[in-house]
Amino acid sequence: MKITIKRDKSVESFEVSEGLTLLAALYEIKEKQDASLTFSSGCRASICGACAVRVNGKEVLACAHKINENDTVEPLQYHPVLRDLKVDKQKAKETLKRASAWLHQPQISVEITPEDEHRTERQSDCILCDSCYSACPVFAVNPDFLGPFALTRAYRYSEDKRESNVKEIIDHIQTNGVWDCTLCGECTAVCPKGIDPKMDITMLRGTSLQHGYSDPNFTAQSFGTPDFGGGFGF
Amino acid sequence: MLDVLVIGSGGAGLSAALAAKEAGASVLVVGKMYPTNSQTAMAQGGMNAALGNVEEDHPSLHIQDTIKSAHGLCNEDMVRHLCADAPKTIEWLEKIGVPFSRLPQSIEVSQSDTNQRSSLLAPHSSLKSIAQRQLGGASAKRACYAQDYTGLKILHTLYDTCLKEGIDFLDEHFLLNLIVPEDTVKGATFLDIRSGEVKQIDAKSVVIATGGYGALYHGYTTNMYGATGDGIAAVMRAGGALSDMEFVQFHPTGLKHSSILMSESARGEGGYLVNTKGERFVDELKPRDEVSRAIFAQIQAGGSVFLDLRHLGEEKLQTLLPQEVALCKLHEKIDPAHALVPIKPVAHYTMGGIDVDEALEVNGIKGCFAAGECSNAKVHGANRLGGNSLLEITAFGRFAGENAYKHSIYASSKPANGEQKEKDIAAIEAIYARPLTHNHYTMQRTLGRLLYEKVGIVRENRTLHQALEMVIAMQVEQKEMGLADKNRTHNQTLVELLEFQNALLIAPAIISAAIARDESRGAHFKKGFEAEDEAFKKHIVLQWKREER
Ligand SMILES: Cc1cc2nc3c(=O)[nH]c(=O)nc-3n(C[C@H](O)[C@H](O)[C@H](O)COP(=O)(O)OP(=O)(O)OC[C@H]3O[C@@H](n4cnc5c(N)ncnc54)[C@H](O)[C@@H]3O)c2cc1C
Ligand code: SF4
Ligand code: SF4
Ligand code: FES
Repeated sequence: MKITIKRDKSVESFEVSEGLTLLAALYEIKEKQDASLTFSSGCRASICGACAVRVNGKEVLACAHKINENDTVEPLQYHPVLRDLKVDKQKAKETLKRASAWLHQPQISVEITPEDEHRTERQSDCILCDSCYSACPVFAVNPDFLGPFALTRAYRYSEDKRESNVKEIIDHIQTNGVWDCTLCGECTAVCPKGIDPKMDITMLRGTSLQHGYSDPNFTAQSFGTPDFGGGFGF
Repeated sequence: MLDVLVIGSGGAGLSAALAAKEAGASVLVVGKMYPTNSQTAMAQGGMNAALGNVEEDHPSLHIQDTIKSAHGLCNEDMVRHLCADAPKTIEWLEKIGVPFSRLPQSIEVSQSDTNQRSSLLAPHSSLKSIAQRQLGGASAKRACYAQDYTGLKILHTLYDTCLKEGIDFLDEHFLLNLIVPEDTVKGATFLDIRSGEVKQIDAKSVVIATGGYGALYHGYTTNMYGATGDGIAAVMRAGGALSDMEFVQFHPTGLKHSSILMSESARGEGGYLVNTKGERFVDELKPRDEVSRAIFAQIQAGGSVFLDLRHLGEEKLQTLLPQEVALCKLHEKIDPAHALVPIKPVAHYTMGGIDVDEALEVNGIKGCFAAGECSNAKVHGANRLGGNSLLEITAFGRFAGENAYKHSIYASSKPANGEQKEKDIAAIEAIYARPLTHNHYTMQRTLGRLLYEKVGIVRENRTLHQALEMVIAMQVEQKEMGLADKNRTHNQTLVELLEFQNALLIAPAIISAAIARDESRGAHFKKGFEAEDEAFKKHIVLQWKREER
């Protein structure tokens, strides 16, 4: 079976055994054909988040993708490529810090029910694989955008009953945050854990409004067109 | 100079860093990957603490169960320490935001009961709603969990908290050696995986939290690729002690082709184990070592073994074991609702490791502490109880961090000279200079298979000796082994070769301890010596003499 890999300086095709996961195929190439092929991995069980790449233009976990004839593999987008399929995730990780995605003022003298747990169960399944970050078109125009996984994580903590200072989180996700998302849903489409960052961002917008923030784009538009209200696109 | 250098950024490393920082230390966490890539993310089942949320339980019962499972090889004071700290540790995790699974209010025990059972906990605390499940070997429903993502959610919450507390990280730095000029640690050397440079980091105290050595059983383990015991090997080279290395826990149900874990809950929920003839051959709920041996016997006799989950039905499987169903479909190409799941027992957890004292300080290296799966704090003994490892990494991770800080207060702040760094630069240059004669990826698979077959579930002195000879031959070959990729930066092959060198260094430690132990105890089972022997109720400790280093 033939797969094509976009490497540092070249695009190369390799013949690999059938029926493998992409990660197993990459190791087969490394062992038998070209030891210099470079990529990241760890658990091989879809849980460590190390191995995300793009196959035929879509983000996948290499350890969870069964290869098909003529698959084209390339590194994640919007991450500096370090070597072949290995990218630098440092900058993407910093969004977590900027979004202040943690419990700010914990209180545990509260009752937590299974319903409370389920409200952010999915969001806390995130393995930080960066697939959604790579798929998000906003990074093409605004490299400082907080991006889908940081916002999903901010949402997860903002909805935690133990957080007694939700405003602190909301304050941190206004600039380059919830309002910069175009709600295109690309992030949701690629998440290997079935997380829906687009929905979480929509929810965070609601919470932001409750805390007195407003959509800066909306204000700008209604400024220019005083009878705005006929919908977008006019 | 740093107060505390934490090496390894899994659950143990992050817990140590947070505790040291809280105590007032300057801290740096160094790891070979990003923190959230660590193996801790793979733990599914749960974390033990006698909260008594679901049924009557008490730390003393937790202590009893742990001691029983250790088969006489634990330090009972350390077990008491661990189990007594458990509720407090869960409380800490609850406070930083771990999204534990919760009890429906209706199941919650009545107020009068809770007062008596959970007197350790503050009243009206959210801790009381944490759900607890049964794991093997526990006398009560004791394991706190977060669906089947317990390790993932603990690790990520620890990471988020580290970001909150401003802990500094240095990712993609591979531990080469500890700097131990005179029996006291002064820091460590690292390969910066990105630039290819060797760096020295000076510190007054060091916490090693680099995980276990399950990945030596390459191809026959649930562990991630990088669980190669790097920190254990570094301690060995620096003259520290290792102990109980022969005790490796095998999990009965790894997927046959990928060795990916099918968790114990698959059997707990009523799954059967059947052989080629479709017959059940063992009580599925027996301890892990017994079930593993029964399966191994079937396979040795030429048969295959399957997990039969079909009678549970599609719907139940989807709600109870969603992660597992997906992994079966992907890696075994079968749907467990309609087909048998082929399985084999695989290496899962390593009880042995760096020999530490009751303060978790490494025996033989002052100022150096070890926590988590890399350390042998003598709480698991000959067999680890499911759910005690996540407890150990957080409770003892924190304890190691605190003790490391205390040590740093009085430690000298005179940094070491650059001798170790120069040695390490020379060693790496030598690897680059060698011609390529052997491919280590092929050898790695050979080693995995060799250990599984000869140093595995059922051992025998004859084959153990064969294994030792073969591994020593591999060590000799490895000294000649060059690099197939000569790139100076981002050299994945170099890192994986260094991991393999560590694997080859500690493999003989496992085998020789297994040879020395002429008895069967817990996870160590030897043909010809099938019973426990009082004379072996002791730890086998290995330490290089000074001149051997
Ligand atoms: C599939 C699976 C399921 C499990 N389920 C459970 C469960 O339900 N309950 C339970 O209690 N336990 C469970 N365990 C065991 C438990 O997960 C581990 O024992 C525990 O997570 C180990 O944590 P740790 O912090 O010690 O090490 P790890 O999480 O392995 O972290 C080691 C760290 O050290 C770093 N490192 C390693 N070598 C180097 C080096 N040379 N240089 C720099 N950094 C290095 C790594 O990058 C990593 O950050 C399970 C294990 C597996 C594999
Ligand atoms: S929905 Fe928003 S965050 Fe998600 S990809 Fe589109 S723009 Fe990015
Ligand atoms: S939200 Fe999904 S795609 Fe994004 S980092 Fe998390 S797991 Fe990956
Ligand atoms: S290797 Fe861990 S998610 Fe793929």
